[in-house]
Amino acid sequence: MTVWPYQEAVTVVIGGELDHCSAPQVRQQLDDLLLDESIVHVVLDLENLTFMDSSGIGVLLGRLRKLAARGGSLSVKGMQPSVEKLFRLSGLDRVIGIADGRKGGRA
Amino acid sequence: MENRMELRFDALPQNEAFARVVIAAFAVQLCPTLPEMADIKTAVSEAVTNAIIHGYRGEGGTVTMTADFGERKMLTISIHDDGCGIRDVEAAMQPFYSTGDGAERSGMGFCVMQTFMDAVEVDSVPGEGTTVTLRKYILGEAGLHRERMLDEIG
Repeated sequence: MTVWPYQEAVTVVIGGELDHCSAPQVRQQLDDLLLDESIVHVVLDLENLTFMDSSGIGVLLGRLRKLAARGGSLSVKGMQPSVEKLFRLSGLDRVIGIADGRKGGRA
Repeated sequence: MENRMELRFDALPQNEAFARVVIAAFAVQLCPTLPEMADIKTAVSEAVTNAIIHGYRGEGGTVTMTADFGERKMLTISIHDDGCGIRDVEAAMQPFYSTGDGAERSGMGFCVMQTFMDAVEVDSVPGEGTTVTLRKYILGEAGLHRERMLDEIG
């Protein structure tokens, strides 16, 4: 996982596979990042995420709740088709913005 | 051509990816498209995860995955555990159903399986175990062609 700030938003690159096995580590790393309360807008760059199942939905929703509680937002970009299919099926597209382009920012 | 496989593995989280790789290697014989392959891997991942965290409650056991196909390119996959079973299968299959163990479960596992496969059957006996059977008819490139035609028609 790689993290870099861009203006108000922090972009987090998540690669590999996000399933029940990897979810605890990804969750912990994101929560460690969110200990910094100055971070309110996060963009997840999922271009290199090759697999996600419903365990990933839980991770995204949990981080969304944390950011929303501080008036922030969570968005994603670069989703591969299989990840986007699950994303939309679960209704995440109604609460998590889909950003485009390489620059971080609010969707 | 007909073919069948059976795989038994420990109910450990790191074996979820193992099960996905194995089913992909088996299913590739049916020449699925990339989206079809992704659907199969995702559905298997959900079923295996359920066996590990709900069937065995994370306490370990053995998961058995079998798969077969015949001339009609119908892929049938069964994921079996000898865990605690499901008392109310109908309720468990509802979207957003969760055991409420506070582990950020989305409750979407069966919903994903039902959406990504053509049929999902659940046989469960409380105290004895659960078998989830997933079926998908592999259309391959013909399916992609059909989807493009439907897109063009709108």
